[in-house]
Amino acid sequence: MFRWSINRFCAGEEKRVGTRTVFVGHRPVSETDAYVEQKFCDNRIVSSKYTVWNFLPKNLFEQFRRIANFYFLIIFLVQVIVDTPTSPVTSGLPLFFVIIVTAIKQGYEDWLRHRADKEVNKSSVFIVENAKQVKKHSEKIKVGDIVEVKADETFPCDLIFLASSNDDGICYVTTASLDGESNFKTHYAVRDTTGLRTDDDIDSLTATIECEQPQPDLYKFVGRINIYRSNQEPVARSLGPENLLLKGSTLKNTKKIYGVAVYTGMETKMALNYQGKSQKRSAVEKSINAFLIVYLCILVSKATVCTTLKYIWQSNPFNDEPWYNQKTIKERDTFQILRMFTDFLSFMVLFNFIIPVSMYVTVEMQKFLGSFFIAWDKEMYDEEIKEGALVNTSDLNEELGQCREELFLRALCLCHTVQIKEGDNVDGLRVNQERWTYISSSPDEIALVKGAKKYGFTFLGHEADYMKVQNQKNEIEKYQLLHVLNFDPVRRRMSVVVKTSTGKFLLFCKGADSSIFPRVQRDEIQQTKVHVERNAMDGYRTLCVAFKELTQEDYKKINDQLSEAKMALQDREEKMARIFDDIEADMHLIGATAVEDRLQEHAAETIEALQTAGMKVWVLTGDKMETAKSTCYASRLFQTNTELLELTTKMMGDSDRKEERLHELLLEYHKKLLQDFPQNSGKLKRSWTVSQEYGLIIDGSTLSLILNPSQDSSSSNYKSIFLQICLKCTSVLCCRMAPLQKAQIVRMVKNSKGNPITLSIGDGANDVSMILEAHVGIGIKGKEGRQAARNSDYAVPKFKHLRKLLLAHGHLYYVRIAHLVQYFFYKNLCFILPQFLYQFFCGFSQQPLYDAAYLTMYNICFTSLPILAYSLLEQHINIETLTSDPRLYMKISDNAMLQWKPFLYWTCLGAFEGLVFFFGVYFLFQNSSLEDNGKVFGNWTFGTIVFTVLVFTVTLKLALDTRFWTWMNHFVIWGSLAFYVFFSFFWGGIIWPFLKQQRMYFVFAHMVTSVSTWLAIVLLIFISLFPEILLVVFKNAKRKNYQTVPFNLPMLLSYKSMENGYTSEMKLEDAVTNLTQRCHLRIPQMQQL
Amino acid sequence: AMAGIGALSGNKPDNTAFTQQRLPAWQPLLSAGTALPLFFCAGLACLAVGLGLHFSSDTIRELELDYTGAPGSGHNCSRCANASLAGAGGCTCSLRFELPERFPGPVCLYYQLSNYYQNHRRYSVSRDDRQLSGDASGLSNPATECSPFRTDPRGIPIAPCGAIANSLFNDTFALYHLANGTFYPVPLDNRGISWWTDSNIKFSNPELINGSLETAFKGTTKPPNWPHAAYMLDMGNLNNTGFINEDFIVWMRTAALPTFRKLYRRVHEGNFSSGLPQGTYRLDITYNYPVLSFQGTKKVIFSTVSWMGGKNPFLGIVYLIFGSACILTGFVMLAVHIKFQKQNQMDVE
Repeated sequence: MFRWSINRFCAGEEKRVGTRTVFVGHRPVSETDAYVEQKFCDNRIVSSKYTVWNFLPKNLFEQFRRIANFYFLIIFLVQVIVDTPTSPVTSGLPLFFVIIVTAIKQGYEDWLRHRADKEVNKSSVFIVENAKQVKKHSEKIKVGDIVEVKADETFPCDLIFLASSNDDGICYVTTASLDGESNFKTHYAVRDTTGLRTDDDIDSLTATIECEQPQPDLYKFVGRINIYRSNQEPVARSLGPENLLLKGSTLKNTKKIYGVAVYTGMETKMALNYQGKSQKRSAVEKSINAFLIVYLCILVSKATVCTTLKYIWQSNPFNDEPWYNQKTIKERDTFQILRMFTDFLSFMVLFNFIIPVSMYVTVEMQKFLGSFFIAWDKEMYDEEIKEGALVNTSDLNEELGQCREELFLRALCLCHTVQIKEGDNVDGLRVNQERWTYISSSPDEIALVKGAKKYGFTFLGHEADYMKVQNQKNEIEKYQLLHVLNFDPVRRRMSVVVKTSTGKFLLFCKGADSSIFPRVQRDEIQQTKVHVERNAMDGYRTLCVAFKELTQEDYKKINDQLSEAKMALQDREEKMARIFDDIEADMHLIGATAVEDRLQEHAAETIEALQTAGMKVWVLTGDKMETAKSTCYASRLFQTNTELLELTTKMMGDSDRKEERLHELLLEYHKKLLQDFPQNSGKLKRSWTVSQEYGLIIDGSTLSLILNPSQDSSSSNYKSIFLQICLKCTSVLCCRMAPLQKAQIVRMVKNSKGNPITLSIGDGANDVSMILEAHVGIGIKGKEGRQAARNSDYAVPKFKHLRKLLLAHGHLYYVRIAHLVQYFFYKNLCFILPQFLYQFFCGFSQQPLYDAAYLTMYNICFTSLPILAYSLLEQHINIETLTSDPRLYMKISDNAMLQWKPFLYWTCLGAFEGLVFFFGVYFLFQNSSLEDNGKVFGNWTFGTIVFTVLVFTVTLKLALDTRFWTWMNHFVIWGSLAFYVFFSFFWGGIIWPFLKQQRMYFVFAHMVTSVSTWLAIVLLIFISLFPEILLVVFKNAKRKNYQTVPFNLPMLLSYKSMENGYTSEMKLEDAVTNLTQRCHLRIPQMQQL
Repeated sequence: AMAGIGALSGNKPDNTAFTQQRLPAWQPLLSAGTALPLFFCAGLACLAVGLGLHFSSDTIRELELDYTGAPGSGHNCSRCANASLAGAGGCTCSLRFELPERFPGPVCLYYQLSNYYQNHRRYSVSRDDRQLSGDASGLSNPATECSPFRTDPRGIPIAPCGAIANSLFNDTFALYHLANGTFYPVPLDNRGISWWTDSNIKFSNPELINGSLETAFKGTTKPPNWPHAAYMLDMGNLNNTGFINEDFIVWMRTAALPTFRKLYRRVHEGNFSSGLPQGTYRLDITYNYPVLSFQGTKKVIFSTVSWMGGKNPFLGIVYLIFGSACILTGFVMLAVHIKFQKQNQMDVE
C-alpha cells in the first residue's frame, strides 16, 4: 500500500538501490558540465488515503475485502435477487449501519490526516536562492534547495546540516515527534562549511552530495559531500547520521541553521517510517473464526436439511400444490434444479442471523472502548515521567490474559535507568557554572564521569573538537577528539582517538571484559579480573577501560585509513571496525568500572507474581553472565533452592569438541529433568508443589551453536532436546544476547509444541526486534529512548505495571471477551433454532417465525447493549484480588474459556433453550384459543410469544452471569427489556404505510391480554434458565465450600533495602540473606494450598 | 487497528470511579442459602398456578365432531365428501349427537382443519392488506403477492385478492336442540368473533359510492372459488359484509400450525344464554369445503371457555411438573447443604 503511493508520487524515480547525487543550491559543479536537473519527488507529504472522489469506491472496496462484510453483502444480494422469505432490509440495514459507521470513522480520520498534511505542506519555509531568502510553501522544496531553519521550527525535509549560527557548527535537535525521545540530540555541521553563516556565504558554496537512496532507518545514513573551491582540488567529507537533520524533528537552542535538502516529501525518513505495523491476531480471534466455521457448517447443514426435506415432503402432490395454495406462474416455469438452488439460498437467508453482523461491531467496540481502561488506569501512571500506559493496538487486550508460557524480558529493564538530569540549556555553555550535567545515553559513561570527578578529575565539556578536563591540580587539560568508533553489540566496545595538548596520540577503549582482556597485556589482567568477577557477582554492570599510546606514524597511518573508510558509502561501519580492530591490541588496562543496576521498584515481586501466575520467565540480556545471574537472584527469578543448569562457553571449554561437549551436556540435563518430572506428571503439571525448581543459563555463543550447528546431522534433535529442557525449567536466563538472537529465541519458543503465547517486554532499541516478534510486545517507556514503546503493542511506564496489566486487565479482558463471544453465538443459536424447527410445521416453505422488525432488531437493539456493558464493566473477581492472587491467572490459561468444551456447553444451552422456546409454544398452540373470549391467535402471535420468551431469557441469562452490577448494567439490562416491550407495542400499534402487510398490528397487545400466554411466557423463561440457575448454585456452593479454607498469600518481601540509593555490598548481602529466610518461610505455606 | 490510546492524554488520568473501574456495584452471589428459599417459593408458586390451570382446564367442556366423511367411514357426510371431491358444492348433511352434560355458556363453536398449511409462505403472503383496508388503489391494482389470484384471466382485479381470501372456509352450520320431540334451532351469534382492531381498523370496506357497496366494488371481480362477490358475504347487513365480514376476517388471520381451529359462532342468546343443556342435538352442515384432496380433516368443536381460554391441559401439567422439580431440587440441595455444613463442622472440630 505504502510502496504503491510512493511510486505514485515519485514516478520516474530510479530504483531505491544505489546512490543519488544532489547539487547544493542547484549549482553545476563546473562550467563545462551541463547541469542536468534530476527528478526527485516534491516535498508534498501525503499521509491521507482517500480523496473526495475516490473515497466512496475505495473505502467500500476496502471494507468489503473483510471476509465478514463480504459474507453479509452476499446474503444481502441474495435477498435482493432471489425471492426470499425476509426482506433485504433485515440484513441490509445492519450491514448498511456498520458500513456507514466505519466509513464515517475512516472518513473523519482521513479528513484529519488531510488537514495535518495541508498544515505541513503549506507551512512557509525560507529558501536561499541567489543569496536572498525566498519564502515558499514547504511542499515546494526541491532536493538541492538550501533551507534556513530557525529555532523551535520543525525541519521541513531531511537536510544535510551545513552551518549553524553557533561557531562550533553544532545544533541541538529534539526528535520527540519522530521517535518520542524528548532529550536533545547534538548534530554537527559539515566541517568545511561551518563558517558559511550568512546567506551570501552559503550561496557561494559549490558542492555535490552523494548519498544513499532513501532508507527508513532513522539512525543510519551514509553520504559524502564534495566541496569545490575555485582553483582547488575538490574536498570530500564523509557524512553520517550526525550530519543529517530529519524531517519532523525540531531545532532547539540554536538560532538558525542552513541545510541542504537531500530527501523530500514521501522519501524522507519520517515518511518512510510511517507505516502500519503488521497485524497481530489474538488467540481469541482465532477461536472466533473457528466457532464461525462451526456455525457456518450448522447454517449450511440446516439449509441443506430443510431443502432436502422440502422436496421429500413436496413429492406428495397434495402437499406440493393443494387446491387452496396454487403456485404462481413464475414458480411453475422455473426449472427444478434452479428452484432447489433458490430454496437453498432462501433457507440460508432465513437462518443467516445465526452469524450476526453485530458481533463484529460489538467485539470491535468492546476492544476499542475497553482499551481506554488501560490508558486510564492511574495505578499505571508514573509520576516521574508524567505518563500512563499507552495502548498502541486494541486488538490484543484479551491476549494479555493469555500470556501463558513464556515471558521474555531484558534484565536491564528491571533496573532503574540512571537518572539523567536535563539542564534547561544544553548548549554546552554551562562550563563555568558550578553544577554541570553531562548528558549521555549510557549510564556507564555517567558513572565514569561522576566517578572521575570524585577523584578530582572534572570533565568540563567540549568546545569544538576539544574536550576539557580539570585535573586534581585545578589545571585544565585539553584533548582533541579525533576519531570515535561507537559502541556496538558485536564488538562490545567503543574506542576514541584523542590528541593531548602535548601532542601525544592516545587511544582509549572501553568495553566488556571479554572483549577488552584479550587486547591488553596479559600480566595486567589478573587483579582486575578478580575485581570484575566479584563485582559482577554482586550484580554490578562492569566495564573495562584500556588505553594505548600511538606513535605519530601509527596515527598517520590509521588516520588515512579511517578517513578513507569514512568516505565509503557502503559498509562504512564494518570498514572502520576492521581498522580499529587492528590498533586495539596490546593496550594497557586502566581498570574497571562497576555500575550498580538498581532493580526497578517492585521488580522482584512482579516477577514472582508472574511466575506464580504460571508464566515462565526468560531473561534475555546482553549482560555478562555473572551480572545477569545476580540480577536474576535479586529479582527472585532464581531462588536459592533453584538448581542451575549451565550451558555456557565456560562449560564448553575452548576445545574443538565444543559441540560434542554441548550435546553431552544437553543429554545429561535432559535425563536429569526427566527423572524429576516423571511421565505421569501431566495432572500435576500446574500443581503447586514443585519438588525442585530448575533454572537454565545459556549464553549467546552456545545458543548459536545450538540454533546454527556446524553439521546439520542431528542438529534438529538437539534443538528439540534443548527446547524440552527449557520448557521444563521454571526460568531461563540467556545472557550475552545479540538483539537478533533475542528475536530468534522468541520465534523458537513461539513455534514450539503447544504454541505458547509469548510476551516480550523491553525498554531499549535492541529489544524492538523481540517485541515485534512476540505475540504481545510491551515496551517500557524508559529514559533511554522511545523506540521500544513506539514499536510495542502496549507501553507501560514501569516494569511493575506489568503485574496489573496482565493479572488484572489481561484477565478481565479475556474473561469479558470470551464471554462476549460465547454469548453471541449462544443467543443467536437459540434465536434461529425455533425458526428452523418451525420449518417442519409450515411445509418447509421458509416461512419466517418472527416478524422482519424483530429479526432485524434482535441483535441491534434488544440484546446488544447488555452484553456490551457486561463486556466492558464485568469484574467476576475484583481487581484487587486479581492483582494480589496471581494463581487466578492460571484459571484462564490456554484460552480456557474458548475451548471446544465451553463452546459445546454454550451451544447445548442455546439448543436446549431454542427447543424449550419452540416446543413450549407449540404445545400451548395445540389449542390456539387462548383469550378468555374464545378468540384465536395466528402465526404471528406464535412467533411473538417465542420471541418474547427468547429476549427475556437471553437477557436474564446475562443477568445471571453478571457478577458486577453497576448502575449501567441495571440500566441496560432492564432498559433493554423495557425497550423491547415498548417497541412491540409501538410497532404493533400503528398501521405502517410503508409495509405491505400489517402482520404485527395489535398482535403484541392481544398477546398480553391473554393470561395463558403470560403464564406460558413466565414458565418457559423459568424452564430455560433452570439448568443455568442450578449450575450457578452448585458452583457457588462448591466455591463457598472451597473458600472456607482460608488461604494466605505468601507475603511478598519488599526490596526496601535495595531501593535506598547506592547500597554497599553489605546491604546487598543482607537483602539476599533476608530473601533466603523468607523463601524458607514461604514454602510450607504454599504447600498448604 | 487504531493508534495510540493514551498517547494523546499526556496528563494524569482522571481519578473517577468509572475510569478506575471502581463503580459501586452490587455483587450478588446465588448461594445455596439464598437459592433454597427461592426454589421452595418458586416451586410452591408453580404448583399453585399449575393446580389452578389444571382444574380450570378440567372444568372446560369440549366436544369434537369429525365430519370429514372420508370414503368408507360410513359417515353421514361421506356422500357430501365424495361430491366435494367431484367439485360439486352445496351438499348438506346432518349429524346427531348427544351432550352428556350441560355446557355452561357462553359456548363457542369452532371449526378445525388439519393438514392445512395456512402458514405456508406462498399462501400466507398471498394477500393485500392495503386492499383489505378499503384503499381504492388496492382495489384497482392489487399487490403482486396475490398472484395467481390477483386478476382473473381477463385482467380484472380480484377483490379480495390472494390465495387466503380465495380459499375462504365456506361450510355453514346450523344447530338444533331436541326438546319435546322437536328440533328447535339454537341461535348462533357471529358477532365479536374476530379481533376488534381487525374488524374496525385493519379491515375496512371501500368507501360507499351513492350508498352502495356494490358500486364501490365495481371494476373488480370475485375470487374464483367464491360463489358470489365480497359485498354479498352477508347480504343486508352492511356491518358484516364485504371485507369486514367477521368470518372472512377470522379466516384471514393465518393459523400458526397445520392443524388449527377457528372461532365460528358463539351460543349465548335466547334460551341458551346460560349454555347448552344436556341432551340431543342435530347439526346441519352445508358441506362445501373440500379437504380430502389434501388428506385433511374437518371438525366442529363445541367448547366452553374460561379465564385461560380454551381447554389446554399442557400448561397446567407442565407447571405442576416444573413446580415439583423445583421443590425436589430444593430438597436435594438442602440435603447437600446440611451434609456439607456437618462436614465443615467436623473439619473445624
